[in-house]
Amino acid sequence: MTVWPKWDAAVARDLVVPHSNIPGGLLPALHGMQEHFGCVAQGAIDLAADVFNLSRAEVYGVVNFYDDFRKTPPEMPVLKICMAEACQAVGAEGLKRHAVDLAGGRMEIEDVFCLGNCACGPSVMAGSSVYGRVSPERLDTLVGLLEGGGE
Amino acid sequence: MTNAVPLYVARETAARSVGVEEVLQRILEVGKERGISFDVIRTGGRGLHWAEPLVEVGAARIAYGPLEVTDVEGLFDAEFARGGDHATRLGSLNDHAWLKGQTRLVFERMGLGCATDLEAFRSLGGFGGWERACDLGPDEVLDELDASNLRGRGGAGFPAAIKWRTVKEAQADEKFIVCNADEGDAGTFSDRLLMEGDPFCLIEGMMIAARVVGAARGYIYLRSEYPLAKEILSEALEAVRQDGLLGPHFDIELRIGAGSYVCGEETAMLESLEGKRGEVRAKPPLPAHAGLFGKPTLVNNVITLASIPWIVARGGKAWAEFGHGRSRGTLPVQLGGNVKRGGLVEVPFGMTLRELVYDFGGGTLSGRPVRAIQIGGPLGTFLPENALDVPLDYEALAELGGSVGHGGVIVFDDTVDMARQARFAFDFCARESCGKCTPCRIGSVRGVEVMDKIIAGDDVNENIALIEDLCETMKEGSLCAMGGLTPQPVLAALKDFPKDFHGGFGS
Ligand SMILES: Cc1cc2nc3c(=O)[nH]c(=O)nc-3n(C[C@H](O)[C@H](O)[C@H](O)COP(=O)(O)O)c2cc1C
Ligand code: FES
Repeated sequence: MTVWPKWDAAVARDLVVPHSNIPGGLLPALHGMQEHFGCVAQGAIDLAADVFNLSRAEVYGVVNFYDDFRKTPPEMPVLKICMAEACQAVGAEGLKRHAVDLAGGRMEIEDVFCLGNCACGPSVMAGSSVYGRVSPERLDTLVGLLEGGGE
Repeated sequence: MTNAVPLYVARETAARSVGVEEVLQRILEVGKERGISFDVIRTGGRGLHWAEPLVEVGAARIAYGPLEVTDVEGLFDAEFARGGDHATRLGSLNDHAWLKGQTRLVFERMGLGCATDLEAFRSLGGFGGWERACDLGPDEVLDELDASNLRGRGGAGFPAAIKWRTVKEAQADEKFIVCNADEGDAGTFSDRLLMEGDPFCLIEGMMIAARVVGAARGYIYLRSEYPLAKEILSEALEAVRQDGLLGPHFDIELRIGAGSYVCGEETAMLESLEGKRGEVRAKPPLPAHAGLFGKPTLVNNVITLASIPWIVARGGKAWAEFGHGRSRGTLPVQLGGNVKRGGLVEVPFGMTLRELVYDFGGGTLSGRPVRAIQIGGPLGTFLPENALDVPLDYEALAELGGSVGHGGVIVFDDTVDMARQARFAFDFCARESCGKCTPCRIGSVRGVEVMDKIIAGDDVNENIALIEDLCETMKEGSLCAMGGLTPQPVLAALKDFPKDFHGGFGS
């Protein structure tokens, strides 16, 4: 499980400034901060507003619009389960129930909609890895791996 | 390494998702023990997702798959390095019916060489389109595009030549091209496969587009769910920069989305590229007149742009020789869901869905009867099994109220409850609506509520009438196709599977 660094305005500024002079650089700047700190919290919003010369409300509006941006870093391993149609057709709903029963309190279980792995479903994602043909048994193994710090 | 055995293994998300890296690791370990060394070539995925994890061995590229780590010892016992017999032996893939039945034009190079090696790309005919585009002038390239009748593969099927010409003729100090790589439709992965497996082909298409319309800057807007495509595209862009074909005269920036489906809609994408909320813009103005930062902008899907090199190199007429009616050329169909042999099937328009689902797909994975398919993603339609004789064709599908969309075909067996699918269509729209127009934002939420009542068996007939009204309002009043087409799968489910809405499914 990744340990996310504490907020550090100087580090964040270095992450944001390089994007400030490219047109439309706000999203890459937010991604940069989230990759480093695990989230885009209030300090990050204030900083981006300052650097991009926007109001805080504007930056907040952007951060809020996109599902990827988190307000707090994950405290547990994150498991994203594809709930889109091709995965539904091969049992995504049952897989999700199984995941919640198995690891609900120990992992953040999120819905995602299509991982582009629709011929090998059900599919899940952890970190930057996609897993396909995820049977309940395979999910058990995967959860064990994630909890052991395998991701 | 003179006697090393060539071993071709895909560097591709689907192959990885089912363990190709682990299989490769094991092959190298056992090879070491047994004194056999391999020359590993990381290719694009050939699209046989049903056969992954898959490896191809030796000069004859004999394929084995699907493999498990526990198969590896047995492969060596069977002397697979010399093409020996084994339960997983598929033979040479070029002779395999699943590939032989396809017409791979856009995916012609897919899986043949190392995806990020520019020399391999050139030796397989890469940059042939670019070179011809440089010999011809922009107008002659547009003539080829006209002759090809290529229509946009992102969903709307708009003729590419018309859009290109509009941007070319627009007067401005600056123009942009944007590649739509947001690939949000459930059941689609052709963009991903192409970007991971033949990234230079997309870059070549964008180079040609930029030259024709006169753009000095391009963007690829890639969804964040595709980290491997991001890695491979970054490597490929850097290789082309090193080569000098990308540079100050024209360069491409890779931008990553942030988990929003509606950002695949072109004007929402432009807002997102400008660093804003991904809210849909009212049209007009068209992006071709006033797009990114208010400048004329060419927006095309990955597959549209990746079709360009073939068309320019071989000629628009050669492309148009394939196809059916007004749908010319090929479509890289993505077969997924509950299907035995899913993957990428590039075929000329005109093939029937039945051929795709049964001849290529082999029917359902579960072995149960096919009940329905979804074509064209969340904004496409559902078709019952008995409608599968419809040919793959923009107009033929439009007649059924559906669309080709991005070419995703999702198979469902007879356990699917179509009332729940209708509920899901509204639910997805409610989650993903950009919120700018009321019919989409509120209508979708109402749709979920009413579907819940229908599923619970409350005043079913009145509530079905409500759903029909709601669908009409969303269709007529929404700003973009998100709200405008979400009703389509709902109405299709109602029309063809009425029993599911009358408590018939469970009972
Ligand atoms: C809600 C919505 C989502 C869309 N998602 C995508 C997408 O993920 N990829 C894509 O290429 N086009 C998508 N489109 C279509 C684009 O708006 C646009 O028509 C397309 O990018 C144009 O390129 P083309 O002419 O090459 O198809 C979407 C449209 C809507 C309404
Ligand atoms: S629908 Fe689940 S990966 Fe595409």
